[in-house]
Amino acid sequence: MAAKEKPKFAMYWAASCGGCEISTLNIGDKILAVDEAFDIAFWPCVADFKVKDVEKYPDGYIDLCLFNGAIRNSENEEMAHLLRKKSKILVAFGSCASEGCIPGLSNLTTAEATLRAVYLDNPSTDNPKRVLPQPFTKVPEGTIQIPVFYERVKSLDQVVPVDYVMPGCPPEAHQIAAVMDAVITGVPLPPPGRSIIGAGNVAVCEECPRQKNVKRIKRFYRPHEITPDPEICLLEQGIVCMGIATRAGCGALCPRVNMRCEGCYGPLDGVEDQGANMVAAIASVVEEGSGPLAGIDEAELQRRIGEVMDTLVDPAGTFYRFNMAHSLLMRARFTGDSAEKGVA
Amino acid sequence: MSKERVGVYICHCGSNIAGTVAVEEVSQWAAGLPNVVVSRDYKFMCSSLGQELVEKDIKELGLTRVVVAACSPHMHERTFRATCERAGLNPFLFEMANIRELDSWATDDRVAATQKAKAMVSAAIRRVIHHQPLQLLPVTINPNTLVVGGGVAGITAALEIANAGYHVYLVEREPSIGGHMAQLDKTFPTLDCSACILTPKMVDVAQNKNITLLSWSEVEAVEGYVGNFTVTVRKKARYVNEEKCTGCGICIEKCPKKVVDEVFEAGLGYRKAIYRPFPQAVPKYPVIDTASCIFFQRGKCKACQMFCPTEAIDFEQQDQILKLEVGNIILATGYDTFDPRRIPQYGYGRLANVFTSLEFERMVNAAGPTGGRIVLRDGVTTPKSVAIIHCVGSRDKNYNEHCSRVCCMYSLKFSHLLHERLPDAQVYEFYIDIRATAKRYEEFYHRILEEGTRFIRGRVAEVTDAARLPGEEGKLIVQYEDTLIGKQRRLPVDMVILSVGMEARRDSREVAQIFGLGCEYNGFFIERHPKLDPVNTMTEGIQIAGACQGPMAIPEAVAQGAAAAARVLSLISQGTVMMEPVRAHINAEKCSGCRICNDLCPYNAIVFHEDRKVSEVITALCQGCGACVAACPSAAITGAHFTDEQVMAQIEGMLWDMQPRIAVTATGAE
Repeated sequence: MAAKEKPKFAMYWAASCGGCEISTLNIGDKILAVDEAFDIAFWPCVADFKVKDVEKYPDGYIDLCLFNGAIRNSENEEMAHLLRKKSKILVAFGSCASEGCIPGLSNLTTAEATLRAVYLDNPSTDNPKRVLPQPFTKVPEGTIQIPVFYERVKSLDQVVPVDYVMPGCPPEAHQIAAVMDAVITGVPLPPPGRSIIGAGNVAVCEECPRQKNVKRIKRFYRPHEITPDPEICLLEQGIVCMGIATRAGCGALCPRVNMRCEGCYGPLDGVEDQGANMVAAIASVVEEGSGPLAGIDEAELQRRIGEVMDTLVDPAGTFYRFNMAHSLLMRARFTGDSAEKGVA
Repeated sequence: MSKERVGVYICHCGSNIAGTVAVEEVSQWAAGLPNVVVSRDYKFMCSSLGQELVEKDIKELGLTRVVVAACSPHMHERTFRATCERAGLNPFLFEMANIRELDSWATDDRVAATQKAKAMVSAAIRRVIHHQPLQLLPVTINPNTLVVGGGVAGITAALEIANAGYHVYLVEREPSIGGHMAQLDKTFPTLDCSACILTPKMVDVAQNKNITLLSWSEVEAVEGYVGNFTVTVRKKARYVNEEKCTGCGICIEKCPKKVVDEVFEAGLGYRKAIYRPFPQAVPKYPVIDTASCIFFQRGKCKACQMFCPTEAIDFEQQDQILKLEVGNIILATGYDTFDPRRIPQYGYGRLANVFTSLEFERMVNAAGPTGGRIVLRDGVTTPKSVAIIHCVGSRDKNYNEHCSRVCCMYSLKFSHLLHERLPDAQVYEFYIDIRATAKRYEEFYHRILEEGTRFIRGRVAEVTDAARLPGEEGKLIVQYEDTLIGKQRRLPVDMVILSVGMEARRDSREVAQIFGLGCEYNGFFIERHPKLDPVNTMTEGIQIAGACQGPMAIPEAVAQGAAAAARVLSLISQGTVMMEPVRAHINAEKCSGCRICNDLCPYNAIVFHEDRKVSEVITALCQGCGACVAACPSAAITGAHFTDEQVMAQIEGMLWDMQPRIAVTATGAE
């Protein structure tokens, strides 16, 4: 046993797909350095700890806690509060914890509709008694309790204060490795308070090798509708690449292989709402249909703009794929007590 | 909490605001808001006493921010900025809340108005805390001026500026300057010969060394800003070399092609395919109308070229695109007359002897197509009775609600001319009201009353040639209600003159777009202030003069032309103007070079540096419109005085009474 006690590390998985954990393990050999530098205090995915173990730790016992996943149900929220209390540094790790990510898209509808889609209306679901999950179920042996499914998904920082945000869906392994390195070697982190770590401070375009020209978009294409020119900016070709509105850090992985950036690294500093900013940017470069504009009336202009915009399928899922829960739109709608009263 | 010390001042504006808003209540309420050090209400904040109050507080209470809730910033933002500056506070650390135009004048509901005033004051306080000190930007004024439109307003403006010693480019889209005034016969009420008083001014324009006259030319694009506009002008091909042409007119005489002159002669007379609109045209050079010219249509003829003694005819001539650098622009683009075909029941275009007032002007003009003889459409018969119908297309909700202001007087003038030329003819004026409101107008009206014109009060329902009663055959029958006796009547006459109103130019909206102006619902250009700034516009460096601003008669158009010139001369003599520092700025560190903004700037102020892969805003060109700021998807562009921080704080302040139900905050973690 070392003379000096090692710092404590925790990683938790709330409402998410597990990709963050895989990406963390993807740092390869460096995982050994993590193990060497830290004592693992809680990491359900790789080590057998129970919640009651964590409850027994003194407050602030855990030095670094990576929390991935959104807050979807009461258990997620309880764990968020618990780990906040027990951790010195709490990191919203990955897009779900930072912004709500894919689960956050369900904020566009109600919890009931989400449950119906999963348990009743899904074509591959066989549920003849049409049972939906209930927080409390009476059985002969007593009452079984499962977590309460919330009306809406929240990001971690909408539930507890977080010290750092590490964006990405998932965060790239090389970024995780770099952050771990920094922590282990004692490189000072930026001042805490929802500060971004493990990512850049410019848009993805900075890392994207494609040629960027002045943009004028006449129609939009979904990925299967076009074979893009590999040299030219995807957005110019009508593919809604979110790179312009998305934080760099991934190395422009998707655009490099002809796929549009979906925006998983989230908005840049100073951006209130990634989706809204993207909409504003796109609106600024849409060509108003063909033909001369002089003398055409507003209705005709509307029609032409409508024609272009109709080619953009699923705008909410395109512009808000990762940031719906944390968007200004949702914050304005749900902050305070109105959410549960169904102000939507 | 911020350490800023805010002073809040609520203006009563006499009873303008205090009549609807509980100003004392708002003031007392504001005193309790965070950062507010002092809150007062005062009868007239803009008065020197009101301003002294602010100055005193800045000095004695150490205010670092000032909010005045009063009228529109258009009225007094400058006043209070200057107040702050006198007290040693940067003028941009001030914010104005408009609780008059946007609040007290918009409702009679005292409770609602007071509540809204609180919201606006709260918004201003939260915003002003985030204000940053800014410095005005000095801009040099190019002393050259562009005047668009060579009617009497444009001519006056051009001569005023040129005579003061500065260069003027006068752009006119017709082949000659002169405008509508050149078409008129006499002017009311003095009965001066219109051409006789106008042509000397036109000649002055031609001879003035400080005026570059670009007739048969149109402005295609305007770039830049006050003091430094770059104007693109298309000088249409005349097919006549102006260097060689002496204006002898032999080409016109020899041209074998005669066409109806729809413009100058209002369709009543003819001109040649190569023509000058009228003998005193300025410039004197003719123009070939290619749509009518036999050579351009069929490849043969060239009579003009053959007879031209100076070889000035050039069929190869091309349009020229000129780039003009000017510091100021005056728009004097004039008006169109109402097209009475839009009122089919008056029969214009269907019934031969229904004339427009402009046709009558040409007919009665000694230099016009009939040599001044008043005749029916057959060109021979003199009418024995004439009906003049007022307000055609004016004061009518179906067409134009406005009064065109000149029709009453020119109709009276027509009566006089009819009596003078046809002493035996009966003349009838169908009017709604006689509006004779300027100097010597009422006297002129009385003179016409005495000359024997019959005045019938009532709007004409219909002009028809369908005779129903004896004596109506072969006549035009005017069906009307005489509202003074309350009876429907019919009156057979030989000739009907429709006194058509004034409308904005058909293309006024496109012109407004080129110059960055606003148009009213009816197409007239919007002045900066209807009372106090009638020739200025909301676009710095662009003035308007004459009937492009609204219907007006010659003396007012002349006065506006001169007024606009005075405005321009004042800017030129200042040499530089201080411009609002509200500008966009791109943070090169944050710019990813995505180029979304590159094509958005209406002032071409954004450049892309290919080497560094970043975009940059050229501060001198930026006008602070914010298009790029809104479009930048990565918040790399900031609009000074309109930062996200300031605007979000303002919104939060506006929603003060909504909290905590809706909180628009940066973290959303509350």
